[in-house]
Amino acid sequence: MSSTKNSGRMAWGVVLALLIAAPFIGLYPVFMMKALCFAIFACAFNLLLGYTGLLSFGHAAYLGAAAYVTGWLVRSAGWSPEMGLLAGVVIAAGLGLVVGLIAIRRQGIYFAMITLAMAQMIYFVCLQAPFTGGEDGLQGVPRGTLFGVLPLANDTVMYFFVLAVFVAVFLAIMRIVHSPYGQVLKAIRENEPRAISLGYHVDRYKLLAFVLSTAIAGLAGSLKTIVLGFATLSDAHWSLSGEVVLMTLLGGMGTFAGPVVGAFTIIGLQNFLADRVGAWVTVIIGAIFVFCVLAFRRGIVGELLAWAERRKNR
Amino acid sequence: MSEIFGIPIQAFLGQLLLGLVNGSFYAMLSLGLAVIFGLLGIVNFAHGALYMIGAYVAWISMEKFGLNYWVALVLAPLVVGALGVLIERTMLKQLYKLDPLYGLLLTFGLALIFEGLFRDQFGVSGQQYAVPDALAGATNLGFMILPNYRAWVVVASLTVCLGTWFVIEKTSLGATLRAGTENPSLVQAFGINVPVMVTLTYAGGAALAALAGVLAAPIIQITPLMGSNLIIVVFAVVVIGGMGSILGSILTGVMLGLVEGLTKVFYPEASSIVVFVIMAIVLMIRPAGLFGKEK
Repeated sequence: MSSTKNSGRMAWGVVLALLIAAPFIGLYPVFMMKALCFAIFACAFNLLLGYTGLLSFGHAAYLGAAAYVTGWLVRSAGWSPEMGLLAGVVIAAGLGLVVGLIAIRRQGIYFAMITLAMAQMIYFVCLQAPFTGGEDGLQGVPRGTLFGVLPLANDTVMYFFVLAVFVAVFLAIMRIVHSPYGQVLKAIRENEPRAISLGYHVDRYKLLAFVLSTAIAGLAGSLKTIVLGFATLSDAHWSLSGEVVLMTLLGGMGTFAGPVVGAFTIIGLQNFLADRVGAWVTVIIGAIFVFCVLAFRRGIVGELLAWAERRKNR
Repeated sequence: MSEIFGIPIQAFLGQLLLGLVNGSFYAMLSLGLAVIFGLLGIVNFAHGALYMIGAYVAWISMEKFGLNYWVALVLAPLVVGALGVLIERTMLKQLYKLDPLYGLLLTFGLALIFEGLFRDQFGVSGQQYAVPDALAGATNLGFMILPNYRAWVVVASLTVCLGTWFVIEKTSLGATLRAGTENPSLVQAFGINVPVMVTLTYAGGAALAALAGVLAAPIIQITPLMGSNLIIVVFAVVVIGGMGSILGSILTGVMLGLVEGLTKVFYPEASSIVVFVIMAIVLMIRPAGLFGKEK
């Protein structure tokens, strides 16, 4: 037990060291920042699917809404980046609260369909609202100066800010999952009727998990807008909602590292394929989806953990 | 009387008809989803893609092979039904023992694959499909001009829907099917080949989607993305109706199409979200859906 724990800690140390070294060993910082933003997004999603057993099929809506709100506030209203981020998180959490209240009235597959439909509604609002720039999206969002001192226009400074946010989110989710509250969430995932009969207000737990997850998804969206300088309709589109499911599934749902691995893999793959294969990107993503569901349900990290477990028991 | 609530009556009735047409598509698609869900326990996200493929089969058989609309009306459901058999046999079959969420995810992946393949082949711009000669033109009803093809779509799809309802609710084949939904192992014990029944059910649902695609082909732009945008609305329709009842899903589909049409008349900005708003309201009042049973 203690040896796996130690090797686990060592692995985390190595990953963190790599992430800190990334800008100095020639990894393209904007790509790394984008991947980290999506890693945050996938971690938020995993908190729901992996630890609560709720499949939200419309998580892009919260990322997209926050991206637009932050983009507009920072660009057109002249807000500072930190206030823009905060506003994005608040909006996403608010939307999450409303949608969550509606969606938790049904379970399982219905929950997925309802969250998808509500997300599509938010998408249409993004398409038609006067401040979102319609099909073009919001362009030219300045990065600004964080807390009035850190010039985010500098890629290295921006990178370390994104990395700091990512680490903070990651630790926060770990803390949530290991807390008594997180244990109740797991109990709900395993056996909801039993959790109810034990006297837990299951709906309240689920709603809080949903709001937390959407708030973090919003943070990812706002951060992405600051990094890339734009918010577009694809941020709120259902295909992104599907991609975050894939990131989590491919990496390993219900593991801490899984969504991060999945996000880096998918974003890296898209980056690599973007100019090479055209519409085949969608086909390849779809094929990975099918493969994961049919034969790779534990995901990369899940398989690694299972492999380590088998080796230890031998 | 040439105006109703300040809207010219022609425009009003025109939108209402358009709503009815959309409603017929919602009805056909949500019916297929409900039948598949009933027996397989899978929410078929690929339903939209199958509908899209149906429309493309019509278009390709016209462009490349010179086959007319009436042939396509038979051919497309057969082709897509065969595709359905393939999907069920090779993939869905392996998922029945798992959480139903995996079925949704698998069919989502399939939808992406189909969409990507068609986008690669045909690009994203829309293709036109001519209205068949026999149904071209319009009939003057005195109070409005009724395009013949739209009337045909409504009549044809409602006939198909009611036919499906009749088969499932009133025939012995349907009784077996319903029994299979309730208790597959018992039906199997009576000597009925349940796996084949399941395959054919999925194929049937897929064929229905393809038929809707052919019916839609002459009145919409045929694009690879036409299915996905529609299927999300159909999901909302299914949630509103509740998946328990066949007649319920037909009725809900038509009703929501009409509501959408009316919204286009009075408040066009909201027409794309009105179905979702209704879904939210229904869930607040009656979580099981209008025709669903609380489990």
